Amino acid sequence: MPEPLLSVRDLRVHFQTEDGLVKAVDGISYDLMPGGALGIVGESGSGKSVSSLTVMGLTRSSNARISGEVLFEGKDLLKAPNEELRRIRGNDIAMIFQDPLSSLHPFYKVGAQLTEAIRAHNSVSKQAARVRATELLGMVDIPEPVHRLDNYPHEFSGGMRQRVMIAMALSNDPRLLIADEPTTALDVTVQAQILALIRRLQDELDTAVVMITHDLGVIAETVDDVAVMYAGRIVEQAPVQTIFGAPEHPYTWGLLRSIPRLDLPRSADLVPIPGRPPSLINLPGGCSFHPRCPYVRDRHRKVDPPLEAVPDDPGHRVACLLEPETRRKLWRELQAGQAPEQARAAVEPEQAPEGEPAA
Amino acid sequence: MSDAQPLVEVRDVYKHFPLTHGVLLQKQVGAVHAVDGVSFDIKEGETFGLVGESGCGKSTLARVITRLHEPTSGSVLFRGQDISGLSSRELKPLRREMQMIFQDPYSSLNPRKTVGSIVGEPFAIHGLLPGHGERKRAVQDLMEQVGLNPEHYNRFPHEFSGGQRQRIGVARAIALKPKLIVADEPVSALDVSIQAQILNLLKDLQSELGLTIVFIAHDLSVVRYMCDRIAVMYLGKIVELADSEALYAHPRHPYTGALMSAVPVPAPGKTLQRKGRVLGGDVPSPTNPPPACRFHTRCPKCQELCTLEEPLLEPKEGGNVAACHFPLTDAEVAERSPRTAGAVPGSG
Repeated sequence: MPEPLLSVRDLRVHFQTEDGLVKAVDGISYDLMPGGALGIVGESGSGKSVSSLTVMGLTRSSNARISGEVLFEGKDLLKAPNEELRRIRGNDIAMIFQDPLSSLHPFYKVGAQLTEAIRAHNSVSKQAARVRATELLGMVDIPEPVHRLDNYPHEFSGGMRQRVMIAMALSNDPRLLIADEPTTALDVTVQAQILALIRRLQDELDTAVVMITHDLGVIAETVDDVAVMYAGRIVEQAPVQTIFGAPEHPYTWGLLRSIPRLDLPRSADLVPIPGRPPSLINLPGGCSFHPRCPYVRDRHRKVDPPLEAVPDDPGHRVACLLEPETRRKLWRELQAGQAPEQARAAVEPEQAPEGEPAA
Repeated sequence: MSDAQPLVEVRDVYKHFPLTHGVLLQKQVGAVHAVDGVSFDIKEGETFGLVGESGCGKSTLARVITRLHEPTSGSVLFRGQDISGLSSRELKPLRREMQMIFQDPYSSLNPRKTVGSIVGEPFAIHGLLPGHGERKRAVQDLMEQVGLNPEHYNRFPHEFSGGQRQRIGVARAIALKPKLIVADEPVSALDVSIQAQILNLLKDLQSELGLTIVFIAHDLSVVRYMCDRIAVMYLGKIVELADSEALYAHPRHPYTGALMSAVPVPAPGKTLQRKGRVLGGDVPSPTNPPPACRFHTRCPKCQELCTLEEPLLEPKEGGNVAACHFPLTDAEVAERSPRTAGAVPGSG
């Protein structure tokens, strides 16, 4: 069994604010193998970005309470001094952000920013760094890289800027690339280009990727494993085929049923998740999802569900208090096109008929 | 063509924004061709979709339809009346009939006003329901109708979440019982689970109130869910117009095909086969659009004719209206469509 490249253990990130303690990330654990690709999907405020910023040491502030472990190649980054983190950031771990315009400095030429990133971690001459920068721009398919080095960020389109950001992130052959909503600000045809580029580079350079997004389509196309986050926790984690094929958490079902899809008939109704995500200052007791869950039982309002492997699939973990048998029945009902209330009625013990119609 | 008169008729509309040079003696050095010769009808009671990437002119066109912009040339007929040249006084009664819902529920609501006065403002502007009590009752009914708690009448926008703010925007838009609602990217700033709530709300309101909706979005799956007919725009022009089913079943314009195959589908494996089909390049600048067919610089099917002669918007196989010299064939559609990609063994 190879060692994981990144191993997050019971990570908690809480922020003390005037309004109270914000539990942005509340005990998440995951492993990422070298060269693997993990998707973290969730809505705004689910903690998906904060958890990754913490891996990079970017949430260290006086009001932050961080606990747990972030082991990168066996070393705990949470305990690493700032000096050492600075050496790792941009070198072993690189990050690309949502908005490529605000991530590039508007006053400096793209070439200067790229060579700076290279020379921050390697003692090479300016000329050598410039050669490397040209090579990087070529690698991310920017035409005429030599000329483009002398352009300012505003002379690039949104997609081209994101390519520059990717080139910069890859400048020191990172082992891990964290991409935080890398295509959200881009048009759909450009998004397809950037996703194809990230996939290609991942294959060629064997870089591990953490892809953070709210878009289930992007997740389906880019990663091997998916963690679904809700209110600071991972509520379900599984290989990508399982998340889309046999999800077991009601929140994941809700997400899948609330997006219109081009690959299904147009008449398929959207079933929104009622309500809205909870306040991270004042989380509901028990399962955080219970106020929005159509299948809630009394017990779920008091008991906090642990993230546990489902029976007979150790790679699939879910934090839900429903019985595994009930969850599978519910999902079959939903697959057959039933509304959540109908599905619930169909699996309630007193009403469940012997030979229920399966999908 | 149905015999009923369309609610809105857009006839050869152009909207150019001048680019000027200098501070005092502003000299026009060019123009952004935001909308460049567009004609179509919107039927009463339908949901008409406008899709395209950023800068294609869909929002400008929406603002021309509601006369927030005056078109550079061409005309917009609302129930047979040309509104393109009307003065603001002449427009005022028509404003009741057409309302807009905007993308950003944060900046489209005045932060200093309570929800009650925001939703009640259309009544104030048009001098309706002058009595305090009756206006308040009307506003609370509206709040109820869009799924807000009427007791929150005196709250300010910042006390609401994004989805709830968008409901406030919807309540304001339907306050005067308009005929036409133009919704400009109404859900793209919202979270996934909230998007579906707003989309379903709009659908329900439409059938309750008999609204005609112009729905603008860049998300093709959302547009397909909402709309009866869809116009695809590229660089200020409509490149394809068809019924929703027909457009998605057999897109004829290569740009429509490219847009559709670029949408990531939440079904692993279904889309991986089209790796090599990603549309290259960026949208050219609308200040200097390419001659002849505007898509020819990026089109995978481009031939010499496309660089010389502008294609007309005309009916193609299957009933879609498209502006293309070499429209997609059914075989090409099968390769591009995510729905059938799984069934067609990796051809090509």
